[in-house]
Amino acid sequence: MDFLGVPEPQSPNILVADHLSRSVNGVTLVNDITVQVRAGEVLAVVGPSGSGKSSFLRLLNRLDEPTSGTVFLEGIDYRQLPPRELRRKVGMVTQRAFMFPGSVAQNLSFGPRQRGETLSDARAEKLLTRVGLPGYGPREAVNLSGGEAQRVSLARALANSPVILLLDEPTSALDDEAKSGVESLIRDIIHQSFLTCVVITHDVSQATRMANRVMLLESGRATRVGSVEEVLHA
Amino acid sequence: MLKVIFPGQLQLGLTQAVAAAIIAFAVVLLARRRQIHLESEAAIAMGRGLVQIVAVGSVLVLLLRGPRWTASILLAVMILAAGATSAKRAKGIPSAFRVSTYSIACGAGSVIAVMTWLGVIDTAISALIPVGSMLIANAMNTNGLALNRFRSDVLAHVGEIETALALGADPKQSVSPYVQASLEASLIPAIDSLRSLGIVWIPGLMAGMLLSGARPVYAAIYQFVVLTMIFAASGLTSLVSTLLVRAQAFTSAEQLSLRPGVSANLAG
Repeated sequence: MDFLGVPEPQSPNILVADHLSRSVNGVTLVNDITVQVRAGEVLAVVGPSGSGKSSFLRLLNRLDEPTSGTVFLEGIDYRQLPPRELRRKVGMVTQRAFMFPGSVAQNLSFGPRQRGETLSDARAEKLLTRVGLPGYGPREAVNLSGGEAQRVSLARALANSPVILLLDEPTSALDDEAKSGVESLIRDIIHQSFLTCVVITHDVSQATRMANRVMLLESGRATRVGSVEEVLHA
Repeated sequence: MLKVIFPGQLQLGLTQAVAAAIIAFAVVLLARRRQIHLESEAAIAMGRGLVQIVAVGSVLVLLLRGPRWTASILLAVMILAAGATSAKRAKGIPSAFRVSTYSIACGAGSVIAVMTWLGVIDTAISALIPVGSMLIANAMNTNGLALNRFRSDVLAHVGEIETALALGADPKQSVSPYVQASLEASLIPAIDSLRSLGIVWIPGLMAGMLLSGARPVYAAIYQFVVLTMIFAASGLTSLVSTLLVRAQAFTSAEQLSLRPGVSANLAG
């Protein structure tokens, strides 16, 4: 990766969506999308409301089943992976952060606990410090503000040590102040950790700030894929 | 008052039915004023109920005088009918009829079988059918409540459930709070009936036993026996149905299939 955060051209493909489609009750939500995401790359998926952005993202961690096509994660067809292992590797942060009852620390340890692992207090604190919430471990998760909950949601996804992170409009449900804080936090974490990301956004300027590459979706179809300049500033 | 005007039993019965229906429809109209529309469901339920009970009542004497083996056929038919009725409370849940019928058969069927074998329920068809029908009917209500509560809880918590799945959770764990809530809620009527026995509720069976010459203490104890059997049958039905329905809420690829607007199981 160069100093601007652009992955080297020879970086391996972490994730490949291969002719991915999904239809429900005769309505095509995602239509024959093929795209590669290289290690360390941030791919922004932009498009108008109802263009299939979230539907596409849900196919990447198999929360929904493709009608046709598949996804290769680190070269392996994801249908060959147990769903839980796949979702551990493909982390997801949703538009609205859903907190589980209990403390923030218990929320962070949710993912590792599924595999019989424990998240040490030191690692939990490190994750919380990383998202700007040091000392938040004992707090009740359901009492957090929207911005705080979204930061915990990000830390909770990172606690699983994913190889790729899916972000579904992570700031769209937040107020302006929380929005800029969470966005800059995500940018810092992505670039410091060399984390591969697919981020959904309807905000073109956010896509410009966060991504190396952009995919434009219209009516479920990828109409343009390329660099930020090629797609958004052409 | 009606008995004076209508001395004939048939006329009296029909008039009493009309009076009860008028009160029920008054409630339906009150609900309608609050934008709660029960009209068609209440009308169909009352119409069906009347036709069914009159039809069964007409042949009941023949059924109760039939050979003992016919009891198991009658109980099996009741379980199937209960499964079909209960499944209607679980719209959107795949295989709701199979889940309901299997749960009621396991819950009510096994309690009837064991209690009959032990001699708690008399093997005479005139005892087995009324007591068995009580167990099946209560198991049906419990099953309907459990499925309905599970369905509404899951639909209201899709975000939480899918967040858990996205973090690598076992589907069973992701819905466990809603399975527990539906199990507990479905058993409220059975527990409250037991709790209020003799104070709020004196079952009709007790009056029948007293009139047929049973000792009052035995008749009273048998009411407790029946209600406890109802609780056991309902509890077992709910345990089985919540276990089965939990599996139906997910596809083979561990995707939540019980979501608003998504009914198709598209996993391979």
